[in-house]
Amino acid sequence: MNDAIQAETTTIPGAGGDQIEAYYARPLDPQPRGGVVVIHHLPGYDAPTKEMVRTFAVNGFAAICPNLYHRDAPGASPDDAAAFVRGQGGVPDERLVGDVGAAAAFLRAQPSSNQKIGVIGHCSGGRQSVLSACDLPEGTLNAAVDCYGAFVLSSPPESSPMKATSLREKLPRLSCPLLGLFGGDDQYPSPAEVDELEKELTALGKTFEFHSYEGAGHAFFSVNRPAYRPEAAMDGWSRIFAFYGQHLGA
Amino acid sequence: MCTYLTETVAVDGSGKGAGGWFTLTQASVYVDHPQHAPFGHTVNIDFANPGQGPAARVAVELTEEAALALVAAIQTALASAPAGLASAAA
Repeated sequence: MNDAIQAETTTIPGAGGDQIEAYYARPLDPQPRGGVVVIHHLPGYDAPTKEMVRTFAVNGFAAICPNLYHRDAPGASPDDAAAFVRGQGGVPDERLVGDVGAAAAFLRAQPSSNQKIGVIGHCSGGRQSVLSACDLPEGTLNAAVDCYGAFVLSSPPESSPMKATSLREKLPRLSCPLLGLFGGDDQYPSPAEVDELEKELTALGKTFEFHSYEGAGHAFFSVNRPAYRPEAAMDGWSRIFAFYGQHLGA
Repeated sequence: MCTYLTETVAVDGSGKGAGGWFTLTQASVYVDHPQHAPFGHTVNIDFANPGQGPAARVAVELTEEAALALVAAIQTALASAPAGLASAAA
C-alpha cells in the first residue's frame, strides 16, 4: 500500500469566482476516496490547521482548507490577517458558504473523488460548518463536523463587532448528518446551549451525534495552546474518522 | 472561550512593526485566546493602521495583571508629567 501524501498551497475559484489561496493535501494512492473541506478557526489559516489538513490525507481523505482571509489580507501572516479580519467583524456568512461550496466542488472534480464530501470546522469554523450544511444545496455536503462552534443558536452580544448570527432558523435545512464535539467546561458554546441544540435537532428529526468531554474547554483540539486536552482530542479524532468513514466511504 | 468582544479606539501616534515605524490610527483591545503567550486567555492589544494593510500592526498579549499594571503605569507616567505635555494639541 502506498501511504504517500502530497500537500501544497494552491489556488481555487472561491465565492463569486474570486481566486483564493487554499491548502490542499491528498493521498497519492489513486483509489476512490472522500474529501473534506476544513474551515480554519478565527485565529486564521495557520500552521496547526494545515497540520489537520495533512492528518486527513494521512488517514485516506483528500482535504482542502481555503484561506478565508485571502481577499482581505493577501500574503499577510495568519495572525496579522486574523487581527485585520477580526476588526472588520469576521467573514460574511454568504462569502463563507460560497467558499466552502467552491472547495467542495474542487474536491469533487478530482479524478480520485468518490463524490462524497464532508466539512469540518473548529471554534468560529464549527458554526460555519453547520451554516454551510444548512445553506449549500442538498447533496453538496454528505457529512458535517462542528467542533465547539459558538453562536449556532445564540447570537453574539449586541456590543460585539462579529457579524455571526444565530442559525436557529436555518436548522430545518440541515442537509447532512452532523457530528458535534464539545468541551464540558466551554462557555461558548455552553453545555446548556449544546443541550438545546440537541433538542432542536431531535425535534427536527435530523441525524446527528454529539459528544461532550468533561475536563475540556474551548479549543481542546489545539495542540499549540494550553487549552489542548490530549484525551478529549484523541477520542475526538477517532470519532471524526469513524463518522467520515461511515458517511464518506466508497 | 472566544469572547469575540473588541474595544476599538482611534489613536494618534506611531508604532514600530515588522516593517519599521508607521502612523497609528487605531488600537483594538480584546480578551481572547492569544497567538503566542502561554495562557488560555490574555488581554490582546493591536496598535494598527488598517489603511496600510494587515501587517501595519504592533501586537501585544498580556495577562490580566500585566494589563492592569500597564494601565496604572500609563496613568502614573501621565500624572508625573505636566498636564497636556503629550497632548495632540500641545
